[in-house]
Amino acid sequence: MGRYVIRRLLQFIPTVLGTMFLLHYMTSLAIQFSGNPARALFGDRTPPPALLQAITERLGYDNPCLDQRGNPCFGLFLDRLQNIFLHFDFGVNLRQREVTELVADAIPFTLKLLVIAIVFEAVVGIAAGVLAGLRGGSFLDYTVKISTVFVISVPIFVLGLVVREFVGVKLGNVLRGQDWIPDLISVGVFTPGFKADYPFASLIIPGMVLGAVSLATTARLTRTSIMENIRADYVRTAKAKGLTNKRVIGVHTLRNSLIPVITFLGVDIGAAMGGAVVTETIFNVPGIGRLVTMSARTGESSVVIGVVTMLVLVVLIANLLVDLMYAVLDPRIRYE
Amino acid sequence: MSDLTSAGSAVGGAPVGGDGPTTEPSAGGKERSTSLWADARRQLLRDPIFVIAFLYIVVVGSMAAFPKLWTSQDPRACSTDRSRVSPSWEHPFGTDILGCDYYSHAIYGARPSMVIAVMATSGIVIFGGLLGLLAGYYGGWVDTIISRLMDIVLSLPFLLGAIVFLTVIKRQNIWTIALVLFALAWPTIARIIRGSVISSKDLDYVHAAKAVGARNSRLMFRHILPNAIAPMLVYATIVLGAFVAAEATLTFLGVGLQAPAQSWGTMISVHQVYFLEDPWLLLFPCGLLVGTVLSFILMGDALRDALDPKFR
Repeated sequence: MGRYVIRRLLQFIPTVLGTMFLLHYMTSLAIQFSGNPARALFGDRTPPPALLQAITERLGYDNPCLDQRGNPCFGLFLDRLQNIFLHFDFGVNLRQREVTELVADAIPFTLKLLVIAIVFEAVVGIAAGVLAGLRGGSFLDYTVKISTVFVISVPIFVLGLVVREFVGVKLGNVLRGQDWIPDLISVGVFTPGFKADYPFASLIIPGMVLGAVSLATTARLTRTSIMENIRADYVRTAKAKGLTNKRVIGVHTLRNSLIPVITFLGVDIGAAMGGAVVTETIFNVPGIGRLVTMSARTGESSVVIGVVTMLVLVVLIANLLVDLMYAVLDPRIRYE
Repeated sequence: MSDLTSAGSAVGGAPVGGDGPTTEPSAGGKERSTSLWADARRQLLRDPIFVIAFLYIVVVGSMAAFPKLWTSQDPRACSTDRSRVSPSWEHPFGTDILGCDYYSHAIYGARPSMVIAVMATSGIVIFGGLLGLLAGYYGGWVDTIISRLMDIVLSLPFLLGAIVFLTVIKRQNIWTIALVLFALAWPTIARIIRGSVISSKDLDYVHAAKAVGARNSRLMFRHILPNAIAPMLVYATIVLGAFVAAEATLTFLGVGLQAPAQSWGTMISVHQVYFLEDPWLLLFPCGLLVGTVLSFILMGDALRDALDPKFR
């Protein structure tokens, strides 16, 4: 166990460095091939050379290696690493606001969205999976099977659009016409977009859309692992001992079956971050995802790179924790 | 049919072309050979879900390859005085905001999605397959380097990575999108191949072949790789659907194909604001898109069931 943890930590370091180098190299190549990004500030106008020079310098794009095509700019990479790990500095946007500051403004929304998504996905997915797994071949089993295939095959942005228009606008308009429904529900929950007045309620539907995508996988995973475990010897022993069905399922079977599901949920955080980009754009949530899309559309690559670097660090740490937790949770797994 | 000899040893294991959902078995059909592929084909043809999904893909594929077969109208012949006309006999899908025929747009829109998906999938099958084979076969430091490389790429969440790459590349066309999808997705297939190579490289017949004096390349491609083809085929089929969806998603987010290009993604992203007044503008492209993705996934599922003897 101890050796496994150490080995896993040692693998973690080159992966982090490699990923960050990949991102760094992409940016450098982009600057080397498509020119000074500071020009984006001026649009069509030709800026006075002195002004351009000053801005370029202040944004840190004046390094000579950025003029040599294909040069990996190791010096710049080392500076960047130092900035990130020693000064917690992920760069600035074209208007010289710190990326960390932009992210700090946006992160509460994304966190709420992710929590809603993960809770929704875990509760509904596990419940559906358990019910389907206990009665394999039943009507419920087929319902879960068909709906999971369907949910997997609908791209999240299609689902988001349809939900926004049908639930947020159409159903919402009907609800908003009724006097007896409190505003919190009619205006807050069933809204086509994020509302600052209802910072939690108006995130519920976007969160559910975000969770719906992995919901299917969670349900399938639970179903398979329940079906595997229900035939295991220790479950038969528990039944033979005369334990109630509730205890056999709830404690003996479920506990073992949930190990792969929990791992999946942990790893899924990364995918959910990607999905948040789409949901936040559709529902106009001012979170990290929308920050990424908006910067991508306006071509502010420095923001995109900074935010994504930060997210990648979070994802990598989450994966590391999941791996370590896996080793603790399931004593049958040996990593020697 | 039940006396399947071995799970992996695909009889006559000529490598199946990896760039599409080909289910052509290599064994001749006359004598009742019970090779894995012949068995799988028989089971697949009896599976109505697979047949329907396959036919749907054939239809979409023919739209992409020969759009003229499906429509005689030109999607670029527009006239703004018939903007957003609802579906009629002349325009089965109505017309879009610029007054172009929507049906022909949908037909022509199949091509970019399919071309991107097929190019990226062939790329990951060839490149990822090769790296996975090398990593699994040689082990040691080759495996370490390739595995770390896979870790690095896998640590970028797919959608975020694609957005970053497409933002910094700045030129968004079919080639760059296929390239980005390829660059982000090859490790998964390499992992699958690596796993199945590791599990089969110590089998007795491989040792026998080695003892006879087979070269490394012959061992790899002739004796070990055929074991990995079944999982690779299943994954490639599913990933084709995933790539079709990914292209549309990226286009929707504004980092994919741009407006004058015709694809299902642009159809959806341009018309999303008219959803309530003219829902057909979204329902047709969304329906085609979801149908395609669904068909690929169902085909992948059916293939997995057919190719894995454990499910029989």
